[in-house]
Amino acid sequence: MVPVEAHGLVKAYGRIRAVDHVDLSVHEGDIYGFLGPNGAGKTTAMRMLLGLLRPDEGEVRVFGRDPQRELPQALDGVGGFVETPHFYPYLTGRTNLELLAAFDGGDAPQRVGDVLETVGLQGRATDRVGGYSQGMRQRLGLAAALLRNPRLLVLDEPTNGLDPGGIRDMRDLIKSLAAEGMTVFLSSHLLAEVEELCTRVSVIREGRIVYEGALADLHASSAPRYRLRTSDQQAAQRLLLDAPALHDVQLKGDDLVFSADETAVLALSRHVVGAGLGIAALVPETATLEQLFFELTEADEHRHRLEPVP
Amino acid sequence: MTPTTLTAYRWEVRKLAAQKRTYIGVGASALLPVIFVSVMALQTGGPYDVPLGHNLRHTGIALALVVLTFASRFGAQLVTALVAGDIVAGESSGGTLKMIFTRSLGRGQILAGKTLATFTYVVLLLLALLTTGLVSGGIAWGFNPVVDLTGTRLSAVHALGLTFAALGVFAIPLAAVAAFGIFLSVVTRNSAAAIVGTLVYELVMEAVVGLVHLQWLHHYLLSAQFDAWHGLFQTPVFWAPVVRCAWVSALFAAIPLAAAFAIFKRRDVAGE
Repeated sequence: MVPVEAHGLVKAYGRIRAVDHVDLSVHEGDIYGFLGPNGAGKTTAMRMLLGLLRPDEGEVRVFGRDPQRELPQALDGVGGFVETPHFYPYLTGRTNLELLAAFDGGDAPQRVGDVLETVGLQGRATDRVGGYSQGMRQRLGLAAALLRNPRLLVLDEPTNGLDPGGIRDMRDLIKSLAAEGMTVFLSSHLLAEVEELCTRVSVIREGRIVYEGALADLHASSAPRYRLRTSDQQAAQRLLLDAPALHDVQLKGDDLVFSADETAVLALSRHVVGAGLGIAALVPETATLEQLFFELTEADEHRHRLEPVP
Repeated sequence: MTPTTLTAYRWEVRKLAAQKRTYIGVGASALLPVIFVSVMALQTGGPYDVPLGHNLRHTGIALALVVLTFASRFGAQLVTALVAGDIVAGESSGGTLKMIFTRSLGRGQILAGKTLATFTYVVLLLLALLTTGLVSGGIAWGFNPVVDLTGTRLSAVHALGLTFAALGVFAIPLAAVAAFGIFLSVVTRNSAAAIVGTLVYELVMEAVVGLVHLQWLHHYLLSAQFDAWHGLFQTPVFWAPVVRCAWVSALFAAIPLAAAFAIFKRRDVAGE
């Protein structure tokens, strides 16, 4: 059974379409990264997966069930939170979990101690949540999700508010949960984190999915980029701009960066040397997820922009 | 174990028990009779013109009901509105709704648990008032027979039984006020708006009672049902107002509750 399948999701607030015909497909065993700038529609889409929002159009299936029509059964095997997890501040961390476990039923009440230990909160479990830091609330949110012994874990910015040690712990925990066979669907602003954790990603921009697929395919899909340093960068820049097979020529720091296939690069190297310039470096550059992310989410604003030579 | 409405109810009561606001309401309710007795001890005379008021200084049994007559205008409704108006809206503003909506309990069960917990609170308020009313009134004036509204002398035990019954009758319209507070709590998603709205609702009904050409409507308004217990302190017992109180209050509770459930089960949870 596919953990998450969404087709043509639309959610509008007045004239603004927060989510605009979104398709998502999370496979079993994925650590699925959901990326997008603030306000792109990530949280709205995640709310629809958890049955918190009704889409205006489209449909969602979670393990084959419709969270709009089959709650709470549609969320069997699903744990998670959207935005910052909130708890009753006047109750202790443990009591909050006991409440949620009672609402879950099954063996959840017996798992409270274990999940507190898993997220490292057993020492503060008897303190009221009102006194918890943001990072502790994030941990408690994860504990609340794990109470359900989920097959699908949905996490919205799980490392928000965590200190570097907490981020590392959370990352390790997500990795170990995935290694145990749990499917993880997470949104994050931390691209390095997504790059390290995720196997598949989708990128959402202004409510629309601009990429969905394996992270490796996303890297492969980008045009090969090269970095060139010569004895005369101004002259080299003119050559690059005139060359028809080169794209997206930019001056970054001391280097000229451009996209081209290998044949065009070979021709360019001969052309540069032929023009009497010395080549100090001509190296292929692997696009980082951050670069790909900006290309996908800000493409119209930055593509083909050439920084002026000082 | 599969979670049920009882699970939601039990935890709602536990949450209420963990909040200071609950104790402030119950404490205020319990304090009213004590203040009443203290003020009467410092002066002569008393509110002899209110139902059962002529029994004051002769028996402590009537105290709780006399205090209730004064509280019935707005005091009881205010304390009820404080809890009912916040029971859902507090979760909306606190961001906890989305946490409990993604568990294995249905939304209808969650709201049913909240409604029952609010009604429990209403009963608790009245029990607190009755307990301190009986204790303080008993200490001040003893447990002597009561003269009812038709001039019949009732034994202390009989009057005590009727007092409990009267509080039960008083609780019915108060539960209907709570139901309206819950409805506003669901609709407005804002505690202050729901609390104020519930009180305005009561004010409007009081205002309608004051309109001469709408006098025929008086008996069928919620505010009039707070006096229904007077029927119990007549000899023989006059059941008509008690029966009317039951069905009018049930109607005033059922309509907002049905609307609240319909909205709560379908509502979007965005940013809360």
